[in-house]
Amino acid sequence: MLSKRIIPCLDVRDGRLTKGIKFKGNVDIGDPVDMARFYSDEGADELVFYDITASSEGRGIMLKVVEQVAAQTFIPFSVGGGIRNPEDMRAVLLAGAEKISVNSAAVRAPEIISQGAAAFGSQCIVVGMDVLAVPAGPEIPSGYEVVIHGGRTPTGMDALAWAKQVQDLGAGEICLNSIDADGTKAGYALTLTRLVSEAVSIPVIASGGAGNPEHLADALTKGLASAALVASIVHYGAYSIRELKDFLAGRGIKVRQVW
Amino acid sequence: MLTILDYEAGNQTSVRRALDHLNIPCVITADPGLLKDAQGVIFPGVGAAGQAMAELRQKKLDVLLRDLIDQGKPLLGICVGCQILLDYSEENDTQTLGFFSGQCRRFDPRWRDEDGRNLIIPHMGWNGLRAVADCILLEDISEEAEFYFVHSYFPVPAQELVLATTFYGREFASIFGRPGLWAVQFHPEKSGRPGLRLLSNFYEYCREMSHAQ
Repeated sequence: MLSKRIIPCLDVRDGRLTKGIKFKGNVDIGDPVDMARFYSDEGADELVFYDITASSEGRGIMLKVVEQVAAQTFIPFSVGGGIRNPEDMRAVLLAGAEKISVNSAAVRAPEIISQGAAAFGSQCIVVGMDVLAVPAGPEIPSGYEVVIHGGRTPTGMDALAWAKQVQDLGAGEICLNSIDADGTKAGYALTLTRLVSEAVSIPVIASGGAGNPEHLADALTKGLASAALVASIVHYGAYSIRELKDFLAGRGIKVRQVW
Repeated sequence: MLTILDYEAGNQTSVRRALDHLNIPCVITADPGLLKDAQGVIFPGVGAAGQAMAELRQKKLDVLLRDLIDQGKPLLGICVGCQILLDYSEENDTQTLGFFSGQCRRFDPRWRDEDGRNLIIPHMGWNGLRAVADCILLEDISEEAEFYFVHSYFPVPAQELVLATTFYGREFASIFGRPGLWAVQFHPEKSGRPGLRLLSNFYEYCREMSHAQ
């Protein structure tokens, strides 16, 4: 039986992790390669790197990071941030990532999804969606709007319509981030996650809002998500991946427990 | 030394990285001499069956693979490299290598998972194995271990070839073959420690066979 996945997300700028990650042990808290190995050893099912580097010089550094992660970590991982065209995708995949994730670039030019899927296969293409709850209206019947630039820019697009569109264009997976829930530690946006999961037949990764293990259980059951993205809940040592998985297994949720 | 058959399969570099990590000497190559001299061959694969077969035929690697197998060279097919060892794939309606009898079929979205929901396709993520026959590849790997799968088509080999099964909508053969010629549907190169162990089990088998000769 397919396991539900727990996926730590690591933000990288100029080859270093942006958030001070704190641990009881003596892990180098700034090095994405060390952290990838740490989480892999801890039982993470997959990793997401989000590159917030702005400069082209920084992109070269990120490719080096990807190569090092691929040489030392033998679980799947995806890379997002700043990927604008199939050449960018190819560079990241060749460096050793399994998947690339596009967000704002796909909103601006949706054909990047179909081009990527045709060139590298749908299984490589993750579409990240940032979503904000808004009053329902003719343009946004679901009451959930797609936003870009980290939530600053509304697009006028309904999140459910966009989810179906990216699936039709060949996306292999959707990473669904609720701007409302993000950073609250009050739980994933369950209604939104469930609506999107029911609207598409590709896996949905719930993102934003995890504060305790119960929140993950809810996203994976009530929210129907295939995977849960985690960041601060694991980065600051509140819970280890193993603790999260033990909790989920105790709730009867199938997770990978031997690694 | 192991060779990784070079036909521009998406995961060939990942396989090499895993072998490098295990300190298993290896080279990615399509050179017939190197392939024949190696202790074993890994046949990787990501992508579509039709495209993989076209690539192999164009480079005449289908014939070379047949020679290697006839020679008794140990071979491990991974993912698409597993599927196209069979006769036929529904993917792109493709006649495949036919080293094993059986075919490759598409998961049906009407099938249900264990929660009663329609299957999400592709089958992507970690799933377990149920061993149905002894297999050296699984030596010293926990029965609880899981492996990383990404595929929309699944192998249906002749029943006597099945070594392990996995449930996704139905039980399908996730490892099949015979000693020295194995096919695994999952990606050992991306399956953490159990996957690395499987690769080193394959290498140990290859070494023993080459020393026995």
